Amino acid sequence: MNSDNILVKLNNVGFRQNEKYLVEGVSLQVEKGKIITLIGPNGSGKSTTAKIALGIYKNIEGSVEKYTNKIGYVPQKISIDWTLPLRVSDFMILTDNIKNNEINDALSLTGVMHLKNKNLGNLSGGEFQRVLLARAISKKPELLVLDEPVQGVDYAGEIALYELIKKISDTLNCGILLISHDLHTVMTATDHVVCLNGHVCCSGSPIDVAKNNEYKTLFGEQASQILSVYEHKHDHEHSIEGDIKKN
Amino acid sequence: MFDDFFIRALVAGIGIALVTGPLGCFVVWRRLSYFGDTLAHSALLGVTLAYTFDLNIALSVFIISSIIALILIQLQRKTNLPGDALLGLLAHSSLAVGLVVIGFLTFIRFDIMGLLFGDILAVNTKDIFIIWTGGTIILIVLKLIWKPLFASTVNYELAEAEGLNPDRAKAIFTILMAAVIAISIKMVGLLLITGMLIIPAAMARNISDSPQKMVLYSVIGGLLSVVLGLFSSLEFNTSSGPSIIVASLILFILSLLNIKQSIKLKN
Repeated sequence: MNSDNILVKLNNVGFRQNEKYLVEGVSLQVEKGKIITLIGPNGSGKSTTAKIALGIYKNIEGSVEKYTNKIGYVPQKISIDWTLPLRVSDFMILTDNIKNNEINDALSLTGVMHLKNKNLGNLSGGEFQRVLLARAISKKPELLVLDEPVQGVDYAGEIALYELIKKISDTLNCGILLISHDLHTVMTATDHVVCLNGHVCCSGSPIDVAKNNEYKTLFGEQASQILSVYEHKHDHEHSIEGDIKKN
Repeated sequence: MFDDFFIRALVAGIGIALVTGPLGCFVVWRRLSYFGDTLAHSALLGVTLAYTFDLNIALSVFIISSIIALILIQLQRKTNLPGDALLGLLAHSSLAVGLVVIGFLTFIRFDIMGLLFGDILAVNTKDIFIIWTGGTIILIVLKLIWKPLFASTVNYELAEAEGLNPDRAKAIFTILMAAVIAISIKMVGLLLITGMLIIPAAMARNISDSPQKMVLYSVIGGLLSVVLGLFSSLEFNTSSGPSIIVASLILFILSLLNIKQSIKLKN
């Protein structure tokens, strides 16, 4: 793979908190136009790995090479202090000066244009999640880090948002580091899966990971079938190259 | 129409209100009111040093407050004590050290009441110069760090992840806090400076739905408080600091009435 395409590269990184390793020996890279998905059980270090890649955790072992500053981030947990009077439109320009029409485009894409002038504190969990995603994509980032981006979103919305994420990766040619619990939906779009459990259990294409024994012990036989099923579908889509809006 | 000293106090007070308005919003947003108190308490030490070594009061207060802020950051790193305990420790010990030092300085006549609560008679043209140049610099710097400071106030990790360097913005803001206390100490007094920062901002929070509006209303509230406070100080012969703060309190109460009315209208 051409090294010019690499956006961020983790070389054997580890992070310790209170003498305990949260993650250890993780190497991975995110490239332009590719979606890398981190999977793993609770406490396996998925969010930690994302935060290392983003530079939020600084006292790390190993090294992070970052080749872009245009980053959009959707954190897993976000606590906003309501002593701040903050509308959705204020939140959209939080880290970057984004033009009004770009704000509108992003909010429309995630289906929350009607909330633009609402106070952030009055949104439901799912609405807020859509705003978070809109904010991250509105700045047209080169690297998107999405930590459970559809949590709390209704089922129909979940599928639509994952389709949107796939579309963004294609149209903006940005690299995406995705964290998700939902094996079903994620696998349709993922180029590369990294299975974490404090360290990298296994990694590869979704089909490779599904076949892996360590993955099977971690998630069970059932999950393995899910991955295979979707990988099969993925193969099928490849046979009519270029037509993404199939189904 | 008015005496010169009153015009001077008015010009100085307006300058202070223009600076405390925006800064006060951040004090409210970032929950720094006790931190502001700590810096203000340490200002007494700064004042006594200014008298001892014949320094400019604003400069000396600025230096001492900055040092106290640095000590606080170091203590936070090196101990497991909670933040409010450290703030209390620094606030009261620096106030106590300041008072002890005053006790030794028998050769200087101190107007303690003036130091604690402000004295409009004490404002001279040099003070006005310091307030307006210092205030202009503070506002320019605040404008420069606005984006990272505001973003990290909303969410630290987002600001850090998207490359805004929030730690630097926070450090600079701490220095701005020390500076605003330094320029307003003579006018408002060290016990009441934090009130000048918080009350107009709190009033503004009640009536605004966006950060920009809150800053604007906070400035307007501060200006009104200064003008009303100084006129009543002149009229009733009260200390300038308390008069300004009482005026801002009245504005705050009025802003609460406004909320009740808007709730009634909705129902």
